[in-house]
Amino acid sequence: MSPDHKDTLVKSSTRHTRAFKASRKRQLQNNLLLCVPALLVLALAAVGPLLIVLVYTFLEAGPYGGVVWQWSFEGWFEVFLKRDIFDGTVSIADAHLSIFWRSFKLSIQSTLLALVLGFPTAYFIATRPAATRNLWLFLITIPFWTNLLIRTFAIMQLIRDQGILNTLLIGFGVIDTPIEMLYTEFSIMLGMTYVYLPLMVLPLYASIEKLDFRLVEAAYDLYAGRLKVLFRIIVPLVKPGIVAGCILVFIPSLGAYVTPRVLGGGKNLMLGNLIELQFGQGRNWPLGAALSITLLCVVMISLLFYVRSTQRKEADRG
Amino acid sequence: MNNLIFRFLSVVFACLFASAVHGAGELHIFNWGDYTSPELVEKFENEHDVKVTITDYDSNETALAKVRPGGHGFDVVVPTSTHLPIWIEEGLLLETRPDQMENFQHVSEQWRNPDWEPGRRYSVPWVWGSSGISVNTSMYDGDINTSKLFFDPPQELAGKINIVPEMGDVIHMAIFYEGGDSCTSDKEVLKRVRDLLVNAKANWKSIDYGTKEKLVSGDVAVSMNWNGYSMRARTENPDIRYGYAVEGYPLWMDNVVVLKDAQNVENAKMFQNFLMAPENAALISNFANYANAIDGSEAYMLEELRTATEVMIPAEFQGSGQFIPPCPPDVQQMYTAIWTELQK
Amino acid sequence: MSVLRNARKLIVARAIAGNRHFAVRYLPGFSTIAVLCFVLLYAPIVALVIYSFNSGTNIALWEGFSLHWYTVAWENELVQEVTFRSLIVASMAAVTSTMLATMAALGTTRTGDYRGRMLIYATINQPLMVPEIVTGVALLIFFAIVKAFTGYHGLAYLIAAHTAFCIPFAYLPIRARLEGMDSSLETAAQDLYATPVKTFWRITLPLMWPGILAGFMLAFVISLDDVVITELVKSAGQDTLPTYMLGQLRRGITPEVNAISSALLGISILLVSLFFVLRNR
Repeated sequence: MSPDHKDTLVKSSTRHTRAFKASRKRQLQNNLLLCVPALLVLALAAVGPLLIVLVYTFLEAGPYGGVVWQWSFEGWFEVFLKRDIFDGTVSIADAHLSIFWRSFKLSIQSTLLALVLGFPTAYFIATRPAATRNLWLFLITIPFWTNLLIRTFAIMQLIRDQGILNTLLIGFGVIDTPIEMLYTEFSIMLGMTYVYLPLMVLPLYASIEKLDFRLVEAAYDLYAGRLKVLFRIIVPLVKPGIVAGCILVFIPSLGAYVTPRVLGGGKNLMLGNLIELQFGQGRNWPLGAALSITLLCVVMISLLFYVRSTQRKEADRG
Repeated sequence: MNNLIFRFLSVVFACLFASAVHGAGELHIFNWGDYTSPELVEKFENEHDVKVTITDYDSNETALAKVRPGGHGFDVVVPTSTHLPIWIEEGLLLETRPDQMENFQHVSEQWRNPDWEPGRRYSVPWVWGSSGISVNTSMYDGDINTSKLFFDPPQELAGKINIVPEMGDVIHMAIFYEGGDSCTSDKEVLKRVRDLLVNAKANWKSIDYGTKEKLVSGDVAVSMNWNGYSMRARTENPDIRYGYAVEGYPLWMDNVVVLKDAQNVENAKMFQNFLMAPENAALISNFANYANAIDGSEAYMLEELRTATEVMIPAEFQGSGQFIPPCPPDVQQMYTAIWTELQK
Repeated sequence: MSVLRNARKLIVARAIAGNRHFAVRYLPGFSTIAVLCFVLLYAPIVALVIYSFNSGTNIALWEGFSLHWYTVAWENELVQEVTFRSLIVASMAAVTSTMLATMAALGTTRTGDYRGRMLIYATINQPLMVPEIVTGVALLIFFAIVKAFTGYHGLAYLIAAHTAFCIPFAYLPIRARLEGMDSSLETAAQDLYATPVKTFWRITLPLMWPGILAGFMLAFVISLDDVVITELVKSAGQDTLPTYMLGQLRRGITPEVNAISSALLGISILLVSLFFVLRNR
């Protein structure tokens, strides 16, 4: 290669970099522009209201609901600590802690169950012939065109003591006395899994559908077993879908209100119900607001941890 | 089918375009769900040439929260006696002076000057009722007129009890059971109330609404309930009876008021007056299965209502019922703490 | 052990030689779980449809076959009105939120990290992280101010609120689809002097389509289900089916709503099958 030639090459490459930088900048602007409409709607109908709620956490509870414009930390105080109503001693708010813990536990269980059920289902749909895939997708969503309350009531009909499931089981001689399923933590978990299942299946489907099966084929050619192919090839490739699905199931479960209320029989509160209680009969809006912000922070922090850990893993790998 | 399509289109148009047409000929009612007789509405619409919309709420708190910031578009609301004083105190209501309306003469003497609104300068009675005990007598044949069935039940009822998730009603029943007064802040009493409730909870199957289907299907044998709903359950299963707790039980009345920021004030006033006519009050009762407060309405009421022990409180239990006022904020906070403790 | 392994190799080899396509995609047990999943999904729906033909007034007790509740629902204008309103709000909110989410997904996934991307991401997903009651109360206060200011009381508030909380539900599947999507086709198109607009319509959009469809369906379903936010945002005469039912919850729900839901279900199945029959012609 002649030195002359080399020189032009270098020049052209710097020119390229510059052009690349400029185009990247333009693209970035375009990208931001693309996000603007969504952000605008969200700012108006989600973030703005949230700021109002944030302000409310620092106000005094109105005597009959609502707030009084007087600064106070009482709301935050009550999230974590409770003043005994009888002797005035201050201790950890164990009621809130146990409700937090229950919500967390049941949400994780439902997410896992939804994943175990949803992944094979999404995979099944994604591997049907292209022409029928949309049909299967519709089949997944059709049950959910029925209203949430009605669906929850239908589940109730199935699992109540004198319900269809118990009647069938007794009829076939599997059991003698009805299994008590309704109004337990189990029924809440089952109900949330059911209600949020499409939130798992649909993102998973969107992700599996674009899976390049040549990679799978290559793995089989290299004598990988089914399990290995599943966990080493398929799962890593569709991970964005898994993450999206888990987020979509886990977070709404944490704040679920209707399902625990109907299927849980109200004996054990979940976070959503606790917050509702404060905005409703409890007439303590600052506490309700502070509880919600706490929930929001917990979710944000766990998401952040998740993002960090995946980034680190990727960095390690790269 | 054409009819259906037409209805669909009219909803679409009404939704999208006819947004802010508040004017003569309209009335927007904000009431408890499944509470407003369609017959009553139709009659009012025809008599006064007014188009009525009904929107539902499911708790006094929701109604209050929605109306307080304004911009809701409602004219008429139906708060319960436990909450009406709050509405008045917060200045949300228009003083329509029902006591000077033509039909006020029909309001029975005992409801003209209630504790929660002396003089009736704002409100017109809707219906009233009690919170008591519904029992499926085929599953339990003991005395049903005691709140022992909730708080200290016989062994055979354990796990067959439902309580409604109404903090005020539940706590007050427990307070009365322990011999306290409504809205008490007596810590001795409240301590006993808390222990009572926490211990009793082990025997409860659920804390939930939907009392009728739970009782009728036999999921539970005993439920805290409202008298009108209990009567409804009895029409489906004659074994279901309604008991009045001799230890004390809450009474309540829902009242029709006009909002200060109502757009259709004249129609709303007309509606208030309309409701005090005996034949109209009877329509409400017939639909909701509750007693009204209008003299002479019995003549228009269904036979089964006039004789129902759910609706007409037997003399021996009349003394134990109490109307509960809104409790002061600090007391309410103690009740919430107990209630949360109960459901943790 | 080695026999087993060899046998498996043989099976795989045969499968590849035979029906290549199917065998590579096949994972044992997955179809069974999928079928189980469908059974689970439809079990309550079947119960619901069966109970809509119940002659009794109680949703918990079977008392014999009748069309009684269908007649009741047919004659109840209020129930029909709230059902229609639900459908209108849901379709408007789903269309809008899917469009916005598609744009946002394009804007957040196609280039590498840039500053503020995390912030945008958090903003988009924010409605997911706050319990509905909180968003509801906050919107109630906020919209009250807007209503007083503009004097407009229409359905737009409800649609806006629904659009907002539907955005993350539409966004996540679309983003999952876009993430790591092969961009070589787009580059190829551009190399062949296709305009950006053309590239988008002819290449990018078709590639994204399954994600968009999934997102749209999610948004529609989520909007149709919402009760808490709607209850707080609705103005006079704006009950939807869920809030109407919430009002009935105390007294106990009658099979009338079962009948309505079954009818809706029937109609949607009819529409969907019609759609597929027409398309596969």
